[in-house]
Amino acid sequence: MTIKVLGPGCMNCKTLERRTREAVEQLSLDAIIQKVEDYQGMSLYGIMSTPGHVIDGKVVSQGRVPTVETIKELIQQSRQ
Amino acid sequence: MNTRAWSFAPVSEKRTYALPLLLLPVWVVIYVFLQPAVDAVVHSLPGMMPGSMLTEAVRFFLYEVPKVLLLLTLIVFLVGIVRSYFSPERTRRILGKRSTFTGNILASLLGVVTPFCSCSAVPLFIGFVEAGVPLGVTFSFLIAAPMINEIALVLLFGLFGWKTALLYAGTGLLIAITAGYVIGRLKVERFVEDWVYAIRPGSGMVPDEAMPFAQRIEHGFESVRDIVGKVWLYVVVGIAVGAGIHGFVPENFMASIMGKSAWWSVPISVLIGVPLYSNAAGIIPIVQALLEKGASLGTVLAFMMSVIGLSFPETIILKKVLKLPLIFIFVGVVATGILIVGYVFNFIY
Repeated sequence: MTIKVLGPGCMNCKTLERRTREAVEQLSLDAIIQKVEDYQGMSLYGIMSTPGHVIDGKVVSQGRVPTVETIKELIQQSRQ
Repeated sequence: MNTRAWSFAPVSEKRTYALPLLLLPVWVVIYVFLQPAVDAVVHSLPGMMPGSMLTEAVRFFLYEVPKVLLLLTLIVFLVGIVRSYFSPERTRRILGKRSTFTGNILASLLGVVTPFCSCSAVPLFIGFVEAGVPLGVTFSFLIAAPMINEIALVLLFGLFGWKTALLYAGTGLLIAITAGYVIGRLKVERFVEDWVYAIRPGSGMVPDEAMPFAQRIEHGFESVRDIVGKVWLYVVVGIAVGAGIHGFVPENFMASIMGKSAWWSVPISVLIGVPLYSNAAGIIPIVQALLEKGASLGTVLAFMMSVIGLSFPETIILKKVLKLPLIFIFVGVVATGILIVGYVFNFIY
């Protein structure tokens, strides 16, 4: 599983990255977490507000920082 | 993907509805009894002579901080609910098929209600360009969104009154509409970085517009945590400085520096204001105190607008998609609009 956090490096993006790591750890998953900081890379996903959250190539949220619990839920859903 | 994927921590719907209904009366009671409570506290403090400078400054601080924070919490909550109806994708869809002028007006109005943070300026810009939104219309949005925000309006309402808040919102919209229109007429498409036009629209995500209302309330709480949690310190520091000016700076002290007769004060305010980057919450209480000490309304408006509307970090971010000439055109056109507003208000009042 690959999880990407799309964001130029603002507060929200960092928080999202941290929470994603926490969520992955709590689920004890073997997932790669990548940070996409350049705008061209971000634009491939068609997001219009940051931070963007991409799980296995699919945008699951944007413009908000979900809680660790929600991130766990999102991960579980895309595993099904 | 089902819509429930958006839900936050599992909360029963009943609790979601009950919480605001319980908190609202508490809010009203605190708001109504704040003034007498603060007066009583200040009087009971030792060494607080009625009418002394220190007493006035302390009273101002103790009253304005909770008042502004109360207003901020309520408005940010309500705006959070309203904003859940306006996603950037939806705004883009509305603006995509508009001609200029109508488009400029709509974009400015949507700039006020669409969720926006300056760190999202670039993806939003790219998204608009992809959808064929005219450049001038996009700029109207990008000018209105940071300039007319709920934090600025709450502080203006709380510290200046509703007339100034409306005046600010009205002139801000006017600047966003005309500046966007002017930029559109200048045919500046060639100053957009080439890679922006080369982007093939990505898949994106279907925005969830059919959220249940309980979820929108959650959205309101989320905004309060997020925004009030971020700006409360600016409010406290801004009002503390404002209280100091309020209590200790003599009347009419600012008249010669930022008064009506000092014609050069407007351009200087803009020149200082553009690179100065502050949160609306930090700058407005200070500006309010300056107004009280003889600064004129036009100068003060111009200063606020250039600090809040044109920020250095945002232009740096936009540099990723705009070539330098367009950055200068953007800042120049908006600054000119702000100058005109400053002079007009100094002339009228």
